[in-house]
Amino acid sequence: MSALLKVDGISKRFRGLLAVDRLSFEVPQGGIFAVIGPNGAGKTTLFNMIAGVFAPDGGAITFAGERIDGLKPDKICQRGIGRTYQIVRPFPALSVEDNVIVGALLHRHHVSDARAHAQDVLRRLDLYDKRAQRASSLTLPDRKRLEVARALATDPKLLLLDEVMAGLRPTEMDRIVSILQELNRETGLTILLIEHVMRAVMALAGQILVLHHGASIAQGSPQQVVRDPAVIHSYLGAEDVA
Amino acid sequence: MKDMWTAIPARGRVILLVLLAALLVAPAALDRYFMSVLILIFYFAFVGQAWNIMMGYAGQLSLGHALYAGLGGYVAALLWFYFGIGPWIGVFAGVAVAAAFGAVIGWLGFRFGIEGVYFALLTIAFAEFTRIAFDNMSFTGGPGGLFLLYEEQRTHEWWNLRGGPLLFYYLGLALAAGGALLTAWLARSRLGYQWLAVREDQEAALSLGVGAFRAKMIAVLISASMTAIGGVFLAFYYNSLFPAQAFDIGRSIEIILAPVIGGLGTIFGPIVGAFILTPLGEALIALTAKFGVDLPGTKAVFYGLTLMIIITLRPDGVWPWLKRLLGLEPKS
Amino acid sequence: MNLAIVLNVVIQGVLTGLMYGLMALGLSVIFGVVRVVNFAHGEFAVVAMYATYLLFVGLGLDPLISLLPIALAFFAIGYFLQITLVNRFVGRSEHEQFILLVGLAIIIVNGLLMIFGPDARPTNLPYSLDSFEIGPLFIDTARVYSAVAALLVSAALFAFFRYTTTGTAIRACADNLTGAGVVGLNVKRLYAVTFGIGLACVGAAGSLMVTIADASPSLAQSFTLLAFTIVIIGGLGSMTGALVGGVLIGVSEAMASFFFAPSMKSMFSFALLVAVLVLRPQGLMGRRA
Repeated sequence: MSALLKVDGISKRFRGLLAVDRLSFEVPQGGIFAVIGPNGAGKTTLFNMIAGVFAPDGGAITFAGERIDGLKPDKICQRGIGRTYQIVRPFPALSVEDNVIVGALLHRHHVSDARAHAQDVLRRLDLYDKRAQRASSLTLPDRKRLEVARALATDPKLLLLDEVMAGLRPTEMDRIVSILQELNRETGLTILLIEHVMRAVMALAGQILVLHHGASIAQGSPQQVVRDPAVIHSYLGAEDVA
Repeated sequence: MKDMWTAIPARGRVILLVLLAALLVAPAALDRYFMSVLILIFYFAFVGQAWNIMMGYAGQLSLGHALYAGLGGYVAALLWFYFGIGPWIGVFAGVAVAAAFGAVIGWLGFRFGIEGVYFALLTIAFAEFTRIAFDNMSFTGGPGGLFLLYEEQRTHEWWNLRGGPLLFYYLGLALAAGGALLTAWLARSRLGYQWLAVREDQEAALSLGVGAFRAKMIAVLISASMTAIGGVFLAFYYNSLFPAQAFDIGRSIEIILAPVIGGLGTIFGPIVGAFILTPLGEALIALTAKFGVDLPGTKAVFYGLTLMIIITLRPDGVWPWLKRLLGLEPKS
Repeated sequence: MNLAIVLNVVIQGVLTGLMYGLMALGLSVIFGVVRVVNFAHGEFAVVAMYATYLLFVGLGLDPLISLLPIALAFFAIGYFLQITLVNRFVGRSEHEQFILLVGLAIIIVNGLLMIFGPDARPTNLPYSLDSFEIGPLFIDTARVYSAVAALLVSAALFAFFRYTTTGTAIRACADNLTGAGVVGLNVKRLYAVTFGIGLACVGAAGSLMVTIADASPSLAQSFTLLAFTIVIIGGLGSMTGALVGGVLIGVSEAMASFFFAPSMKSMFSFALLVAVLVLRPQGLMGRRA
């Protein structure tokens, strides 16, 4: 497997605080890759650099063979990286369907084509029946799914998921896990996720990277990582691994 | 285009057709005064629609729209005044100049991240700047104003926009209807969705690949161009232009009244707003005159009060409420 | 060009600018804390001018004295306005706040027009034409008094925010709203106090303004724009910035009037505004967000 996303020694400093410290990893084409770590470890900062919210202070990010670090978010998305936000940000006054149409219009010029595509995506995420509702009227689990649907509608090669499981009940979580597995299996979608919920991470990820104080302290298969003494000491020790 | 029509519920289509037909034949039954009120309604519906594109759809608060109307009016009027070039040609020049100003304001605002109130002040600054500049230029007539000759024998030269109320009535109606059609078409286009996304949450829109800068620039260009056309209309209707009026912030506020009252981000909002506000204002003047009171400012106080009441109680405007009342809500 | 003349112009601009600064201070305080843009700010200044004019004509009160009751009354108006109306708009979108206050501005300015008519009302103080002579400099007495008064009121405000419990609580609200609510501050009341203080500033500034301009409804809009220009140039939320911005605009207006034409004075202010918006959006004294 070749790498779709290559992060090479990137760093980011905020007012003297080193949020991400010379971090490197590769996300293989078609893989599901998870980044875990305690709060403040630099996970969202990492995402924001990949998604173009801000540029890294140093290092390189390569996507599908091309440098993308420093590009603006819209350009990054146009290259094929879709993202969700940890704190969901749907377009509140628009209907669920219109929210997704905005994403679908990235590679479609006619609204009718985009609507058809949006409806496909909505079906996949169990939101089809709610498509006429205003996004602001959705419950949190539905909003999380809408966030995924909107990003998926842009036909990304790589999907960045920022804690989509947080705040969900176990059954809702299982449903999203199976949706994501299905997407990965059927469409070959590569997924990079930040996640706190170890249950979901263990079920989904082919590879895990553990971030601590902005640096990688372990990387490998889920089984390797959970047995790593450094990981247990700094992170897992306090949490429920099962 | 066709699905724009079918998207309206049947009852709405009937109402729309009846109203349109009534407006088409109305001049036969109306006197000069009522014609003048309707002409103003059409004007406000049209420029209100222009502002609606900018604010209601793209979410950019412009408070200097008088700039575009004033520039359009002045450029066309000056071409007519000095070179005898008719407004049907002059309007292109007026639109070009207004759009150029819009491009500069938009570029500064959107490139440098000047948003919300700051953007509003940027637009006001440009309008005020231009007002003072026109006050200090002699070829525009300066503060004394620019007057277009109203010649009795040339009132049938529609090709020079020299004519009576009937000409301006039908032209105004065409503008109001055309503006609404254009907005409806844009709102259902890819661009329209991008505007809404930017309006709702620009950062989220960017992360979905929406080119926010481009979308906003197109909005300001379209809006400025439409407003300039409205300005040409008004200049040749009133035959006079003064910088203190044409570029005044009061004129800008007049432009935003109808869409705010009627409902931002809706096609019919500006139209409904114009149809409510202008006649009410006129009726108020007539009423106070009847009681022998003639206080300047009465109408404005009424407008101010309406603005405050509507924005407090019904910030989405009258149209969404009226739509439910008339049973025109599309079944979901 | 005679240096003394230029110096005269500059001093005149500085003195006027301090009054502008006090007016802008009110706007800055309201925006900095309540996060509402008071687009009726200049209108309130003109109401204060009329009140000062009436107190002068009716009771012979000097503006420097009537400033105090007017500021007090304006505090009450502001407090009431915030509690009854503006508070509903806290946290609502900017254009809704703006439209509310534009509506209020339209009512105020046209109400004044209906009551007083369009003609300007001059307040002819006995010392209107006096001036201090220092060497080659001639400085208007009235302007000096007004500027000193503006400085005193501003100083009082600085002291209030620094040394009183209420002032500190208001600053806490401005810095961290959620935090302020969590520690049990009555945010609604503090907002009302803030709006009151903002209007007291503009009321005091309006009183002083009669020494340099005749009360007229047509001033209102330009005062509002002036206050906004100053506050943005100085940096929204920065109190020193408002005063510095006021002086800057005062001097720029005085110079432009002198070297070009009085009708062109605000062109320079607007040019300055655009430059600041583009190059330093946080204003000269503001912190970057």
